[in-house]
Amino acid sequence: MTVPFIMVLAMGFLFACGIYLMLERSLTRVLLGFILLGNGVNLLIILTAGRGVPPLTDGKNLSTEGMSDPLPQALILTAIVITFAVTAFLLAMIYRSWRLVRADSLQDDTADLRVAITKMIDSEAEASTDYDDTEFGDEAESPITGAIDLDDDGKPHEREDGEVSTDRAKSGAGKARTGTTSANKDGRGSEGTETEEKK
Amino acid sequence: MIDLLPVLVPLPVLLPLLGAGLALVLSKHSRAQNIVSILILSAVMIISLIMLFGVDAHGPQVVAIGGWEPPAGIVLVADRLSSLMLVVSSLVTLCVLIYALSQDANDDSDETPISVFNPSYLVLCAGVANAFLAGDLFNLYVGFEMFLVASYVLLTLGATAERIRAGVTYVVVSLVSSIIFLAAIGVIYSATGTVNMAQLSERLSELPPDVQMILHVLLLIGFGIKAAIFPLSFWLPDSYPTAPAPVTAVFAGLLTKVGIYAIIRTETLLFSESSLRVPLLIAAALTMVVGILGAIAQSEIKRIVSFTLVSHIGYMLFGVALGTTVGLAAAIYYTVHHIIVQTALFLAIGMVEMRGGSTSTRSLGGLMVLSPALSIIFFIPALNLSGIPPFSGFIGKVGLFAAGFSDHDWLAVSLIVAGTVTSLLTLYVIGRTFNLAFWRDPADAEEPNDELVAEFAERKKAKLAGKPWKSQIGVPGSMFAATTVVVIASIVLTVFAAPLWGMANRAAENLQSPVGYVSDVLGGDGS
Repeated sequence: MTVPFIMVLAMGFLFACGIYLMLERSLTRVLLGFILLGNGVNLLIILTAGRGVPPLTDGKNLSTEGMSDPLPQALILTAIVITFAVTAFLLAMIYRSWRLVRADSLQDDTADLRVAITKMIDSEAEASTDYDDTEFGDEAESPITGAIDLDDDGKPHEREDGEVSTDRAKSGAGKARTGTTSANKDGRGSEGTETEEKK
Repeated sequence: MIDLLPVLVPLPVLLPLLGAGLALVLSKHSRAQNIVSILILSAVMIISLIMLFGVDAHGPQVVAIGGWEPPAGIVLVADRLSSLMLVVSSLVTLCVLIYALSQDANDDSDETPISVFNPSYLVLCAGVANAFLAGDLFNLYVGFEMFLVASYVLLTLGATAERIRAGVTYVVVSLVSSIIFLAAIGVIYSATGTVNMAQLSERLSELPPDVQMILHVLLLIGFGIKAAIFPLSFWLPDSYPTAPAPVTAVFAGLLTKVGIYAIIRTETLLFSESSLRVPLLIAAALTMVVGILGAIAQSEIKRIVSFTLVSHIGYMLFGVALGTTVGLAAAIYYTVHHIIVQTALFLAIGMVEMRGGSTSTRSLGGLMVLSPALSIIFFIPALNLSGIPPFSGFIGKVGLFAAGFSDHDWLAVSLIVAGTVTSLLTLYVIGRTFNLAFWRDPADAEEPNDELVAEFAERKKAKLAGKPWKSQIGVPGSMFAATTVVVIASIVLTVFAAPLWGMANRAAENLQSPVGYVSDVLGGDGS
């Protein structure tokens, strides 16, 4: 069985481009990558048939000499149909995703983020509980409630005393633990409004 | 009776497909649609049971579709392993269907459009059955695609933002696994000139070892993504929890196990000569430990259980990787156990969500007092999962560990250590979940749910006053009944452990001698 080298090269090229595109965060590129990858595989299957004449006989001479293998051609039909259907579904899903979030990129998993943030806040809160009643209490607490503010300028956000005391009042008992939950709730609340806006 | 058996073999694939068509036609009449779906799946369950006993008594059944004799045509092969898997899957799909339909009937929100649910669900069942029965590699691929495409639809039901987000990851990852599988088929065909599994079993062993290894690894990567084996498991805990509860239940119970089934076939039938024992054992250990460590970090019950699902895939892989008859038998028993227990857990969690308003351990509480029946239904499969003695999880793990010890190998023994640690950590995770969601006062929760708190206070007052207070399950009776059936099935696995273990053992013996399979399919010229 001989296979034209240029076709093998084309197959490899399709695979390479497909994988490269699928690694992108943009959904349209992922779709294009999938189409290329699918065609690469289809090309691979059709190449396994080898080059030859169509598998037809005149009824008298039943020799299969020089014919190409018909089975991969049957397989590839199924594969093409499946790839086609899935592409249509992906396209519909990407469109829906665009309608919902107005962005052509993969969204972050909010539950994942929540777990990450919760752990961070919890560990800081536990570290600061012991100092809650000392004069360091306010300073220890500010990174918790203002965790997001830290990223803006890269250094701790300076807080006025009044601000902290209102935070305290909000959290009730004044324990760092409850402070954490209130901060958490706030975080959640803003998320909720964001999603509502998106809808 | 014997003449009837070959007729039955294609029915688990054909009937649900037929039902899917009917359900589409009846999409305006949801009641008729439901009746059709339930009847079809009940019929499939009865047929699978008959097939299991028939195959056990009279040997594997081979059906050449359309009269094209193997190896030219497509064959369906029902041997002990595939019939056993069919019985379990049909039981699970039937119960989940009843659960889903009664949930829909009681759901006011139009999040799950019923007219789409039934046909896709039936196609999913047909695809799973096709994958179990497939006698050639390409038909296995078609089976995979059938249930995958159906699962894309089911996972994104209602197309809310969260589900679309999870769906994109799931669909793209599944597509990559399908493409790798398809490429593997193409390469295998060009190397051997056949896709018939019986013929492949003969021809693959004639190839040079390095070529065999490439084909072997290619297939295993494709199946490994589907089965969620570390490091290919990252997609699962991300996408499963967002789907509707019954959908998650059937996905978690069945779909990953189809991947495991395909791996069992690959290891025993196709590549019995080339062994990947060491890498597979290491992957199994990592799957167990990394999965359960992920579960510890979570606070959503659905996500916790998704992570334990990944972790417990490691046990099955452990048995398969050992490659001995005892190991395979234990893996088969464990797979059956895990399908049922995982489904039961997710169904119970679905009811917890309905009752408590969420599945977050940060806001649940007091369900033990408010809804004792629900707690028990959750508690039994939860204990079973972590392998507490009377239950089937314990039996399966003991079988696996015994198989590991009989191997006299430090790697197998270290797998046993990993398995024990995972089992204990599962118990810890389950215990913590139960403690938070069921035992404590709902007012102690980090984000208390006001309704639960009020109800709990009312209950407390009633108790102090000595008044009778009737606890409410808070979910439709048929949902609860369907879950109970699955939980009872998981207990039956303990009660009838001996016959089931015997069946698994015989299936494993069949798997260990692929020559028998080959001669059954190819008509005597196999050996």
